[in-house]
Amino acid sequence: MSDDAAAGAGAATDAAAVRTARRDGIAVGLATAAYGVSFGALAVASGLDVWQACFLSLVMFTGGSQFALVGVVASGGLSAGGSAIAAAALLGVRNVVYGMRMRPVVGSRGVAHRVAAAWLTIDESTAVALAQSTDRAARVGFWVTGVAIFIGWNLTTLAGALIGDALGDTRAYGLDAAAAAAFLGLLWPRLKRLQAGATAVVAAVVATIATPVLTPGLPVLVAALVAVVIGWFDLLGRRREA
Amino acid sequence: MTVWHVILVATAATLALKLAGHLVPASFLERERPARIADLLTVALLAALIAVQTLGAGQALTVDARVPALIVAAALYAVRTPFIVVVAVAAAVAAGIRLVA
Repeated sequence: MSDDAAAGAGAATDAAAVRTARRDGIAVGLATAAYGVSFGALAVASGLDVWQACFLSLVMFTGGSQFALVGVVASGGLSAGGSAIAAAALLGVRNVVYGMRMRPVVGSRGVAHRVAAAWLTIDESTAVALAQSTDRAARVGFWVTGVAIFIGWNLTTLAGALIGDALGDTRAYGLDAAAAAAFLGLLWPRLKRLQAGATAVVAAVVATIATPVLTPGLPVLVAALVAVVIGWFDLLGRRREA
Repeated sequence: MTVWHVILVATAATLALKLAGHLVPASFLERERPARIADLLTVALLAALIAVQTLGAGQALTVDARVPALIVAAALYAVRTPFIVVVAVAAAVAAGIRLVA
Protein backbone atom coordinates (compact mmCIF):
# COMPACT_ATOMS: atom_id res chain seq x y z
CA MET A 1 0.00 0.00 0.00
CA SER A 2 1.37 3.45 -0.87
CA ASP A 3 1.73 6.13 1.79
CA ASP A 4 -1.05 8.13 0.18
CA ALA A 5 -3.47 5.22 0.34
CA ALA A 6 -2.55 4.53 3.98
CA ALA A 7 -3.10 8.17 4.87
CA GLY A 8 -6.41 8.09 3.00
CA ALA A 9 -7.60 5.03 4.95
CA GLY A 10 -6.48 6.66 8.20
CA ALA A 11 -8.40 9.82 7.38
CA ALA A 12 -11.52 7.81 6.57
CA THR A 13 -11.31 5.98 9.91
CA ASP A 14 -10.75 9.29 11.66
CA ALA A 15 -13.73 10.88 9.91
CA ALA A 16 -15.91 7.95 11.00
CA ALA A 17 -14.61 8.27 14.56
CA VAL A 18 -15.43 11.98 14.55
CA ARG A 19 -18.97 11.28 13.34
CA THR A 20 -19.39 8.75 16.17
CA ALA A 21 -18.09 11.29 18.67
CA ARG A 22 -20.52 13.92 17.44
CA ARG A 23 -23.45 11.48 17.67
CA ASP A 24 -22.40 10.34 21.17
CA GLY A 25 -22.11 13.94 22.33
CA ILE A 26 -25.56 14.94 21.11
CA ALA A 27 -27.18 11.79 22.56
CA VAL A 28 -25.59 12.33 25.96
CA GLY A 29 -26.44 16.02 25.75
CA LEU A 30 -30.13 15.36 25.16
CA ALA A 31 -30.33 12.77 27.96
CA THR A 32 -28.54 15.00 30.44
CA ALA A 33 -30.49 18.10 29.56
CA ALA A 34 -33.61 16.41 30.93
CA TYR A 35 -32.12 16.55 34.46
CA GLY A 36 -32.28 20.33 34.21
CA VAL A 37 -36.04 20.27 34.74
CA SER A 38 -35.62 18.58 38.12
CA PHE A 39 -32.79 20.93 39.08
CA GLY A 40 -34.82 24.03 38.23
CA ALA A 41 -37.88 22.80 40.10
CA LEU A 42 -35.88 21.72 43.16
CA ALA A 43 -33.93 24.98 43.26
CA VAL A 44 -37.14 26.98 43.42
CA ALA A 45 -38.57 24.55 45.99
CA SER A 46 -35.47 25.22 48.13
CA GLY A 47 -36.18 28.93 48.23
CA LEU A 48 -34.14 30.20 45.27
CA ASP A 49 -35.83 32.41 42.71
CA VAL A 50 -35.92 31.66 38.99
CA TRP A 51 -32.95 33.95 38.25
CA GLN A 52 -30.81 32.29 40.91
CA ALA A 53 -31.59 28.82 39.56
CA CYS A 54 -30.68 29.97 36.04
CA PHE A 55 -27.50 31.71 37.22
CA LEU A 56 -26.28 28.47 38.79
CA SER A 57 -26.87 26.49 35.60
CA LEU A 58 -25.24 29.15 33.43
CA VAL A 59 -22.18 29.96 35.48
CA MET A 60 -21.57 27.11 37.94
CA PHE A 61 -22.64 24.54 35.34
CA THR A 62 -21.81 21.36 37.21
CA GLY A 63 -24.88 19.37 38.22
CA GLY A 64 -23.63 17.64 41.36
CA SER A 65 -22.52 20.90 42.99
CA GLN A 66 -25.72 22.65 41.94
CA PHE A 67 -27.94 19.93 43.44
CA ALA A 68 -25.78 19.90 46.60
CA LEU A 69 -26.07 23.65 47.06
CA VAL A 70 -29.86 23.71 46.79
CA GLY A 71 -30.13 20.50 48.85
CA VAL A 72 -28.22 21.94 51.80
CA VAL A 73 -30.06 25.27 51.57
CA ALA A 74 -33.35 23.31 51.54
CA SER A 75 -32.49 21.39 54.71
CA GLY A 76 -30.73 24.17 56.64
CA GLY A 77 -31.80 27.48 55.15
CA LEU A 78 -29.42 30.42 54.94
CA SER A 79 -27.77 29.62 58.26
CA ALA A 80 -26.34 26.56 56.48
CA GLY A 81 -24.94 28.83 53.74
CA GLY A 82 -21.34 28.05 54.64
CA SER A 83 -22.00 24.33 54.48
CA ALA A 84 -23.84 24.74 51.18
CA ILE A 85 -20.80 26.49 49.71
CA ALA A 86 -18.44 23.83 51.07
CA ALA A 87 -20.58 20.94 49.81
CA ALA A 88 -20.78 22.49 46.33
CA ALA A 89 -17.02 23.12 46.28
CA LEU A 90 -16.14 19.62 47.49
CA LEU A 91 -18.34 18.07 44.81
CA GLY A 92 -16.49 20.25 42.30
CA VAL A 93 -13.12 18.77 43.24
CA ARG A 94 -13.51 15.96 40.72
CA ASN A 95 -13.60 18.57 37.94
CA VAL A 96 -9.93 19.31 38.74
CA VAL A 97 -9.07 15.73 37.83
CA TYR A 98 -11.23 15.92 34.69
CA GLY A 99 -9.54 19.20 33.71
CA MET A 100 -6.11 17.61 33.92
CA ARG A 101 -7.23 14.75 31.71
CA MET A 102 -8.96 17.06 29.22
CA ARG A 103 -6.18 19.66 28.89
CA PRO A 104 -4.21 17.70 26.26
CA VAL A 105 -7.50 16.69 24.55
CA VAL A 106 -9.17 20.08 23.95
CA GLY A 107 -6.29 21.72 22.07
CA SER A 108 -4.72 25.04 23.00
CA ARG A 109 -5.84 28.17 21.16
CA GLY A 110 -5.42 30.96 23.69
CA VAL A 111 -6.89 31.98 27.01
CA ALA A 112 -10.56 32.32 25.96
CA HIS A 113 -10.49 28.85 24.44
CA ARG A 114 -8.98 27.44 27.59
CA VAL A 115 -11.55 29.14 29.87
CA ALA A 116 -14.37 27.84 27.67
CA ALA A 117 -12.93 24.32 27.89
CA ALA A 118 -12.67 24.58 31.69
CA TRP A 119 -16.26 25.84 31.89
CA LEU A 120 -17.52 22.85 29.89
CA THR A 121 -15.43 20.33 31.85
CA ILE A 122 -18.01 18.11 33.58
CA ASP A 123 -18.68 14.39 34.09
CA GLU A 124 -20.34 13.88 30.72
CA SER A 125 -18.01 15.85 28.41
CA THR A 126 -15.01 14.11 29.98
CA ALA A 127 -16.61 10.67 29.74
CA VAL A 128 -17.54 11.08 26.07
CA ALA A 129 -14.06 12.41 25.18
CA LEU A 130 -12.33 9.53 26.96
CA ALA A 131 -14.51 6.98 25.16
CA GLN A 132 -13.36 8.04 21.64
CA SER A 133 -10.79 6.20 19.56
CA THR A 134 -8.82 9.06 17.92
CA ASP A 135 -7.45 12.39 19.19
CA ARG A 136 -9.62 14.43 16.86
CA ALA A 137 -12.73 12.42 17.81
CA ALA A 138 -11.95 12.95 21.50
CA ARG A 139 -11.70 16.71 20.92
CA VAL A 140 -14.95 16.80 18.93
CA GLY A 141 -16.66 14.58 21.53
CA PHE A 142 -15.64 16.92 24.33
CA TRP A 143 -16.85 20.10 22.66
CA VAL A 144 -20.06 18.72 21.16
CA THR A 145 -21.09 17.12 24.47
CA GLY A 146 -20.18 20.22 26.47
CA VAL A 147 -22.01 22.66 24.19
CA ALA A 148 -25.07 20.37 23.76
CA ILE A 149 -25.45 19.95 27.51
CA PHE A 150 -24.82 23.65 28.15
CA ILE A 151 -27.65 24.69 25.85
CA GLY A 152 -30.07 21.95 26.95
CA TRP A 153 -29.30 22.20 30.67
CA ASN A 154 -29.93 25.94 30.76
CA LEU A 155 -33.18 25.79 28.78
CA THR A 156 -34.56 22.97 30.93
CA THR A 157 -33.43 24.67 34.17
CA LEU A 158 -35.49 27.71 33.20
CA ALA A 159 -38.47 25.48 32.36
CA GLY A 160 -38.14 23.55 35.64
CA ALA A 161 -37.80 26.74 37.68
CA LEU A 162 -40.94 28.21 36.11
CA ILE A 163 -42.85 24.96 36.76
CA GLY A 164 -41.61 24.85 40.39
CA ASP A 165 -42.62 28.48 40.81
CA ALA A 166 -46.13 27.72 39.56
CA LEU A 167 -46.58 24.66 41.81
CA GLY A 168 -46.56 26.47 45.15
CA ASP A 169 -46.47 23.88 47.99
CA THR A 170 -43.79 21.62 46.54
CA ARG A 171 -43.95 19.04 49.35
CA ALA A 172 -47.46 18.09 48.27
CA TYR A 173 -45.99 17.25 44.86
CA GLY A 174 -43.24 15.12 46.41
CA LEU A 175 -40.41 17.36 45.25
CA ASP A 176 -38.43 16.68 48.44
CA ALA A 177 -38.46 12.98 47.59
CA ALA A 178 -37.51 13.87 44.01
CA ALA A 179 -34.37 15.55 45.35
CA ALA A 180 -33.23 12.38 47.10
CA ALA A 181 -34.00 10.36 43.97
CA ALA A 182 -31.96 12.84 41.90
CA PHE A 183 -28.94 12.45 44.19
CA LEU A 184 -29.33 8.68 43.96
CA GLY A 185 -29.29 8.95 40.18
CA LEU A 186 -25.99 10.85 40.30
CA LEU A 187 -24.55 8.32 42.75
CA TRP A 188 -25.76 5.11 41.09
CA PRO A 189 -23.21 4.83 38.22
CA ARG A 190 -20.36 5.34 40.72
CA LEU A 191 -21.24 2.32 42.85
CA LYS A 192 -19.68 -0.38 40.68
CA ARG A 193 -16.74 -1.05 42.99
CA LEU A 194 -16.89 -2.41 46.53
CA GLN A 195 -14.85 0.52 47.88
CA ALA A 196 -17.30 3.07 46.47
CA GLY A 197 -20.31 1.14 47.79
CA ALA A 198 -18.83 0.90 51.28
CA THR A 199 -17.95 4.60 51.24
CA ALA A 200 -21.54 5.45 50.29
CA VAL A 201 -23.06 3.33 53.06
CA VAL A 202 -20.73 4.59 55.80
CA ALA A 203 -21.12 8.21 54.66
CA ALA A 204 -24.92 7.90 54.71
CA VAL A 205 -24.86 6.40 58.22
CA VAL A 206 -22.48 9.08 59.51
CA ALA A 207 -24.61 11.88 58.03
CA THR A 208 -27.77 10.38 59.58
CA ILE A 209 -26.22 9.99 63.03
CA ALA A 210 -24.79 13.51 62.87
CA THR A 211 -28.08 15.14 61.83
CA PRO A 212 -29.66 15.53 65.32
CA VAL A 213 -26.30 16.57 66.81
CA LEU A 214 -24.87 19.11 64.35
CA THR A 215 -26.12 22.27 62.66
CA PRO A 216 -27.89 21.55 59.35
CA GLY A 217 -25.39 21.28 56.51
CA LEU A 218 -22.50 20.08 58.68
CA PRO A 219 -23.51 16.36 58.66
CA VAL A 220 -22.84 16.24 54.91
CA LEU A 221 -19.37 17.71 55.40
CA VAL A 222 -18.53 15.34 58.27
CA ALA A 223 -19.51 12.45 56.00
CA ALA A 224 -16.96 13.71 53.46
CA LEU A 225 -14.26 12.72 55.96
CA VAL A 226 -15.29 9.10 55.38
CA ALA A 227 -14.02 9.45 51.80
CA VAL A 228 -10.74 10.94 52.97
CA VAL A 229 -10.11 8.12 55.45
CA ILE A 230 -11.12 5.28 53.11
CA GLY A 231 -9.29 6.87 50.17
CA TRP A 232 -6.12 7.65 52.12
CA PHE A 233 -5.64 4.13 53.43
CA ASP A 234 -7.20 2.51 50.33
CA LEU A 235 -9.51 0.48 52.58
CA LEU A 236 -11.33 -2.23 50.59
CA GLY A 237 -9.34 -1.05 47.57
CA ARG A 238 -8.15 -2.92 44.51
CA ARG A 239 -4.95 -4.14 46.06
CA ARG A 240 -6.78 -5.87 48.89
CA GLU A 241 -9.50 -7.27 46.66
CA ALA A 242 -6.93 -8.91 44.39
CA MET B 1 -25.54 36.18 54.20
CA THR B 2 -28.14 36.26 51.41
CA VAL B 3 -28.93 33.53 48.90
CA TRP B 4 -26.99 35.51 46.29
CA HIS B 5 -23.88 35.55 48.50
CA VAL B 6 -24.04 31.77 48.87
CA ILE B 7 -24.53 31.34 45.12
CA LEU B 8 -21.74 33.72 44.12
CA VAL B 9 -19.14 32.31 46.52
CA ALA B 10 -19.99 28.69 45.65
CA THR B 11 -19.94 29.49 41.92
CA ALA B 12 -16.56 31.20 42.22
CA ALA B 13 -15.19 28.17 44.06
CA THR B 14 -16.46 25.60 41.56
CA LEU B 15 -15.30 27.67 38.56
CA ALA B 16 -11.86 28.08 40.15
CA LEU B 17 -11.65 24.30 40.54
CA LYS B 18 -12.56 23.77 36.88
CA LEU B 19 -9.91 26.28 35.79
CA ALA B 20 -7.32 24.77 38.13
CA GLY B 21 -7.47 21.46 36.29
CA HIS B 22 -6.72 23.18 32.99
CA LEU B 23 -4.06 25.59 34.27
CA VAL B 24 -2.19 24.01 37.17
CA PRO B 25 0.67 21.68 36.16
CA ALA B 26 -0.65 18.12 36.04
CA SER B 27 1.06 16.22 38.76
CA PHE B 28 -0.65 16.28 42.14
CA LEU B 29 -4.03 14.79 41.28
CA GLU B 30 -2.53 12.41 38.74
CA ARG B 31 -1.10 10.50 41.65
CA GLU B 32 -3.14 7.55 42.80
CA ARG B 33 -4.07 8.63 46.32
CA PRO B 34 -5.40 12.16 45.62
CA ALA B 35 -7.28 10.89 42.56
CA ARG B 36 -8.86 8.12 44.63
CA ILE B 37 -9.89 10.53 47.40
CA ALA B 38 -11.39 12.96 44.86
CA ASP B 39 -13.43 10.06 43.43
CA LEU B 40 -14.66 8.82 46.81
CA LEU B 41 -15.40 12.38 47.95
CA THR B 42 -18.09 12.57 45.28
CA VAL B 43 -19.56 9.25 46.41
CA ALA B 44 -19.55 10.15 50.12
CA LEU B 45 -21.12 13.58 49.59
CA LEU B 46 -23.89 12.25 47.36
CA ALA B 47 -24.66 9.42 49.80
CA ALA B 48 -24.76 11.85 52.73
CA LEU B 49 -27.04 14.19 50.80
CA ILE B 50 -29.40 11.29 50.06
CA ALA B 51 -29.52 10.36 53.76
CA VAL B 52 -30.19 13.92 54.92
CA GLN B 53 -32.66 14.60 52.13
CA THR B 54 -34.60 11.40 52.90
CA LEU B 55 -34.57 11.28 56.71
CA GLY B 56 -33.89 14.82 57.87
CA ALA B 57 -36.48 17.34 59.00
CA GLY B 58 -34.36 20.24 60.18
CA GLN B 59 -32.32 18.68 62.98
CA ALA B 60 -34.79 15.84 63.60
CA LEU B 61 -34.89 12.44 61.89
CA THR B 62 -38.24 11.20 60.55
CA VAL B 63 -39.45 8.33 58.44
CA ASP B 64 -42.14 9.59 56.08
CA ALA B 65 -43.29 9.32 52.45
CA ARG B 66 -39.76 10.07 51.22
CA VAL B 67 -38.45 6.65 52.34
CA PRO B 68 -40.75 4.50 50.15
CA ALA B 69 -40.18 6.97 47.31
CA LEU B 70 -36.42 6.45 47.55
CA ILE B 71 -36.80 2.66 47.69
CA VAL B 72 -38.88 2.77 44.50
CA ALA B 73 -36.24 5.01 42.92
CA ALA B 74 -33.46 2.56 43.79
CA ALA B 75 -35.44 -0.33 42.29
CA LEU B 76 -35.99 1.66 39.08
CA TYR B 77 -32.32 2.63 38.74
CA ALA B 78 -31.44 -1.06 39.23
CA VAL B 79 -33.42 -1.90 36.08
CA ARG B 80 -31.80 1.01 34.15
CA THR B 81 -34.78 3.34 34.07
CA PRO B 82 -33.84 6.83 32.75
CA PHE B 83 -33.03 9.45 35.38
CA ILE B 84 -35.88 11.83 34.61
CA VAL B 85 -38.48 9.04 34.77
CA VAL B 86 -37.18 7.84 38.14
CA VAL B 87 -37.22 11.36 39.60
CA ALA B 88 -40.79 11.90 38.40
CA VAL B 89 -41.99 8.53 39.75
CA ALA B 90 -40.30 9.18 43.13
CA ALA B 91 -42.10 12.51 43.38
CA ALA B 92 -45.39 10.84 42.42
CA VAL B 93 -44.97 8.08 45.05
CA ALA B 94 -44.32 10.61 47.82
CA ALA B 95 -47.16 12.85 46.65
CA GLY B 96 -49.54 9.88 46.42
CA ILE B 97 -48.74 8.67 49.93
CA ARG B 98 -49.24 12.16 51.34
CA LEU B 99 -52.53 12.51 49.52
CA VAL B 100 -53.86 9.24 51.01
CA ALA B 101 -52.42 9.69 54.52
